[in-house]
Amino acid sequence: MSKEKKTTFIIGLVLVGFVLLFVLAGFIHTPYNPNTMAASLKFAKPSLSHPFGCDNMGRDVLSRVMKGASTTFIIGMSTVLIGLVIGTIIGSITGYFGGIVDEILMRLNDTLASFPSILMALVFVALFGTGKYKIIIALGVIFIPSFARIARSEYIVQKNLDYVSNARLIGASNFRNIFVHILPNTRKIMLSSFTIGFNNAVLAEAGMSYMALGVQPPTASLGRMLAESQVYLFRAPWMALAPGLTIVITVLGVSLIGNSLK
Amino acid sequence: MKKKLAVLMACILVVSAIFASCGKKNDQNATTKANSGAAPENEIQQGGEIVVGVTNDIDNLDPHKYTAAGTGEILFNMFDGLVKVTPDGDLVPAIAESYTVNEDGTVYTFVIRQGVKFHNGTELNADDVVYSVKRVSGLDGSPDASVKHESALSTLTSVEKGTTEDGKETVTLTLSAPNTELLGYLTFAIIPDDYTKQSESPVGAGPFKFVSYTEASSVVMEKFADYYGTPAYLDKVTFKITSDTDAAFTQLLAGTIDVFPYLTADQADQLTENYNIEVGNMNLVQALFLNNTVKPLDDIRIRQAICYAIDRQGVLDMVAAGKGTVIGTGMFAGFEKYYNADTVNTYAKDVAKAKQLLSDAGYPDGFDITITVPSNYQFHVDTAQVLVEQLKEVGINATISLVEWATWLDEVYKGRNFETTIIGLDADLAPSDVLKRYASTASGNFINYNNSEYDTLFASAVAETDDNKKVEDYKKLQEILTNDAASAYIQDPSLIVAVSKKLSGYTFYPVYVQDMSRVYFVKQ
Amino acid sequence: MKFYVKKICTLFLTLFLVMFLAFTAFRIIPGNSAQIALGLDASDEDVAALMHERGLDKPFLESFVSYVGGLLHGDAGISMHYDKPVMEVIKGRLPVTLLTAFLAIFLIIIMAFPIGILTSAIKHPAGETVFTLFNQSFMAVPSFFMGIIITLIFGLILKFFSPGGYIPYNEDLRGCMKYLFWPALAIALPKTAMLVRLIRTGIQKELTKDYVRTAKSKGNNMFRILVLHVMKNAMIPVITFFGMMIAEVLAGSIVVEKVFSLPGLGTLLVSEIGARDYPVVQAIMLYIAFTVIIINFIVDLTYKRFDKRVNV
Repeated sequence: MSKEKKTTFIIGLVLVGFVLLFVLAGFIHTPYNPNTMAASLKFAKPSLSHPFGCDNMGRDVLSRVMKGASTTFIIGMSTVLIGLVIGTIIGSITGYFGGIVDEILMRLNDTLASFPSILMALVFVALFGTGKYKIIIALGVIFIPSFARIARSEYIVQKNLDYVSNARLIGASNFRNIFVHILPNTRKIMLSSFTIGFNNAVLAEAGMSYMALGVQPPTASLGRMLAESQVYLFRAPWMALAPGLTIVITVLGVSLIGNSLK
Repeated sequence: MKKKLAVLMACILVVSAIFASCGKKNDQNATTKANSGAAPENEIQQGGEIVVGVTNDIDNLDPHKYTAAGTGEILFNMFDGLVKVTPDGDLVPAIAESYTVNEDGTVYTFVIRQGVKFHNGTELNADDVVYSVKRVSGLDGSPDASVKHESALSTLTSVEKGTTEDGKETVTLTLSAPNTELLGYLTFAIIPDDYTKQSESPVGAGPFKFVSYTEASSVVMEKFADYYGTPAYLDKVTFKITSDTDAAFTQLLAGTIDVFPYLTADQADQLTENYNIEVGNMNLVQALFLNNTVKPLDDIRIRQAICYAIDRQGVLDMVAAGKGTVIGTGMFAGFEKYYNADTVNTYAKDVAKAKQLLSDAGYPDGFDITITVPSNYQFHVDTAQVLVEQLKEVGINATISLVEWATWLDEVYKGRNFETTIIGLDADLAPSDVLKRYASTASGNFINYNNSEYDTLFASAVAETDDNKKVEDYKKLQEILTNDAASAYIQDPSLIVAVSKKLSGYTFYPVYVQDMSRVYFVKQ
Repeated sequence: MKFYVKKICTLFLTLFLVMFLAFTAFRIIPGNSAQIALGLDASDEDVAALMHERGLDKPFLESFVSYVGGLLHGDAGISMHYDKPVMEVIKGRLPVTLLTAFLAIFLIIIMAFPIGILTSAIKHPAGETVFTLFNQSFMAVPSFFMGIIITLIFGLILKFFSPGGYIPYNEDLRGCMKYLFWPALAIALPKTAMLVRLIRTGIQKELTKDYVRTAKSKGNNMFRILVLHVMKNAMIPVITFFGMMIAEVLAGSIVVEKVFSLPGLGTLLVSEIGARDYPVVQAIMLYIAFTVIIINFIVDLTYKRFDKRVNV
């Protein structure tokens, strides 16, 4: 690892570690009950007793961020993992083989990509009901097309490179080519799409809760907190900054680590 | 707050105060400020242009087709009906110059005012009135399915034109059943019978005429010089459509909006430098509505326990900075003549009593319950979050389930498939319209309330011709609702309006409208 | 020629699939547009009459066929919510989304290429670290939060613009563009960061290749090499990304439109899904699908031009 990669790696590690510690602490103890309201503390400014201030219901923002972060990370991570794994499988196969399979899957992909995620989620809810795990699955499915497309274009390029032809020459099977030879070489692009995907998943979760499909209040989630804070941006900017910066720090940390590992 | 208001989206905004003849006083505490004593003539500056902020896009410019309350509040300025509501809640003749009702309330005859002009210059005649009444009642055979029909006019059997002895045109409405409260439903717009473009460029006979509409951004109207009544002071009014209160608020700070009607209490505090803040009522019944047929809510003791568990002032403090009017029954407080104020104190918060009732009913450890809330109304969502905390104190474990408006309408309101829900219901000013949904067979009885004593009394109250007896009956009906704990009634939310200090004359009505014809610039 | 025929066929196939799925979706989700349009207290008869008038009571296949038939005659139906032709409803919104999109794409191009090319010269490890940190930070900010931050800093604190004060393009185009600059910036910043990185790594990778050295030794100047050879070869991932990005931006950013209260296609889509106004939703979906497919098609063509190795 070069020196500059080491530096960014350490910075990334510190950031992620910091947020993880924060979330883990939230499992054991939060300074206040994240759902307890107090009329006297409505929009209380950040202070020693409430470092991130209070929200429109007088709830402690720090405690809500601690609880909300874990909700969001579980949803975000699982969603992106589903999308990434299935998307990569689809994209790699279609990209590698091309032809009719590619054509069909890509058309289906185009269709899904232009299908509003909110409408899709509504369909899921109508079919399977609401709940945290169902929303993970719904969002995961919604994320498949974008990952598939990225994987596909990467495979189209890679399959024509010399090392793949060489592998073929020495008798490597298609399966081996796809998953053993090419896959490791796509990790760079897939990793960066992972961070982008995580970002989108967090937002999608917020969007879903706006359409009443995500986490139900008063349960805190970063996306929901962000969405709710917008109305009070002028009055209480800390309501937006605390969850927003938590997302930024996490995503930044993860992508820095990912970058350095290449 | 605008989200809250948009609840009305689904409600007809036919104005209906009752019995203009009995001179009902229905002013709200807040209207006094704007109305106390007419402004001195010399203070009024004629002319000028203003910008009014609104938060909902127009759904239809045709006054017989819109459903959004946000559209109705604008169109009010461009259309007049046979009668018109006053700020005090009286109904005064408008397009009709006078009217007579037969003794049992089945035949209404209106003398049409002469010389009334539509905005397109044509003269209004009895044919236009007949056309409009038939269109709204569905007597025209409903050639256009998107016209909204007024259900109170379903008993209408004929609309005939005629002439008085001195040659004036009349229109006579005949009903199949007596309705002593019909007048309140006759404020809907009278429109020309030969004009087909109401949806694009509406034409009415109101104090302002339509100029233009830009999708999702503005509606412009101008003073109508040939208006038959008191003309407007302002020359031009632009309704600027903003996406939400927040967007409007920042524009209020920048001073680009002169009047904005849906502020939150928190926002209002920051505007006092350049704006007068006026407070009125929304005329809504906000409640935790309980499905009276699901277990364990079918037990009156459980419902009462829920009522005792709720601290209504606490809800107001949390979601509306203490503004709003606490209510104890299914009628909004602004409807003073009929509102039974005694019901407010029936269920003062009492945790011990609530717990006692719960254990009497066989639930000493409380129970789980779901509150279904339409997600687009943040005000109700916030209320729900406060209630969850309050119910927890008596051992009731409530969880919130957010649903979209469309789903709410389908599953909760129409399908009646829910445990509890929070919503704000509005009504026409006819007392029967407010209370009719609790009749056991009413289509709007989504809480499945069933009390035969209520049914009987309601039927006789509607038919009652003696005014004192009528008031007494309606008050008794509310008492029954409260004692049965039909639902946990919370509040009539406040309507907070910012009006530029350059302006005066902003007037609250007991219905949801923005009357710009009374607003004027103050002479410097 | 065969290539184009095939592409056009797939275009129609996809559009057909989109329509079919959308139709199915609206059959599955609860909610009745006629009830919503007529209001809470509309009678069941009136609701049924409106449904009949709009053909909502027809069986699935029949209504699907008549919708597609109408579309072929250029009739996208009537909006349930606004009670006017779908095209009129969309007409007012489309320019907002397009203007924002073009502005955003413009910003991305004028920022990303110079920065990408310039920073590709950074060799020093410390500079590399700073670049990575800076670049990754911008990529880590969700567009929603970026919108909020821009509103907070430039709108509320510095007062460069009045948040929520969108001015219609047909009233004052300059004022409108001035306002749209900010949402466009919110869209552009994270995407610029990604593009900068792609351009930079692409160039750096190419620069180490043999042909560059050969060209250099032949006495070509560096700029010429960069433009003629390096850029061309470094462009493939850039084009893929660019294509996806343009499609995404053109389709309307729901999130950013919401933060800046823009009356664009994205907000319309969300509100009309809420109102179950299926003719409008369907039309927007077709627009999105069409845009995405056409852009992807162009991307495929460009691949061919830039890299002969790619066999599309």
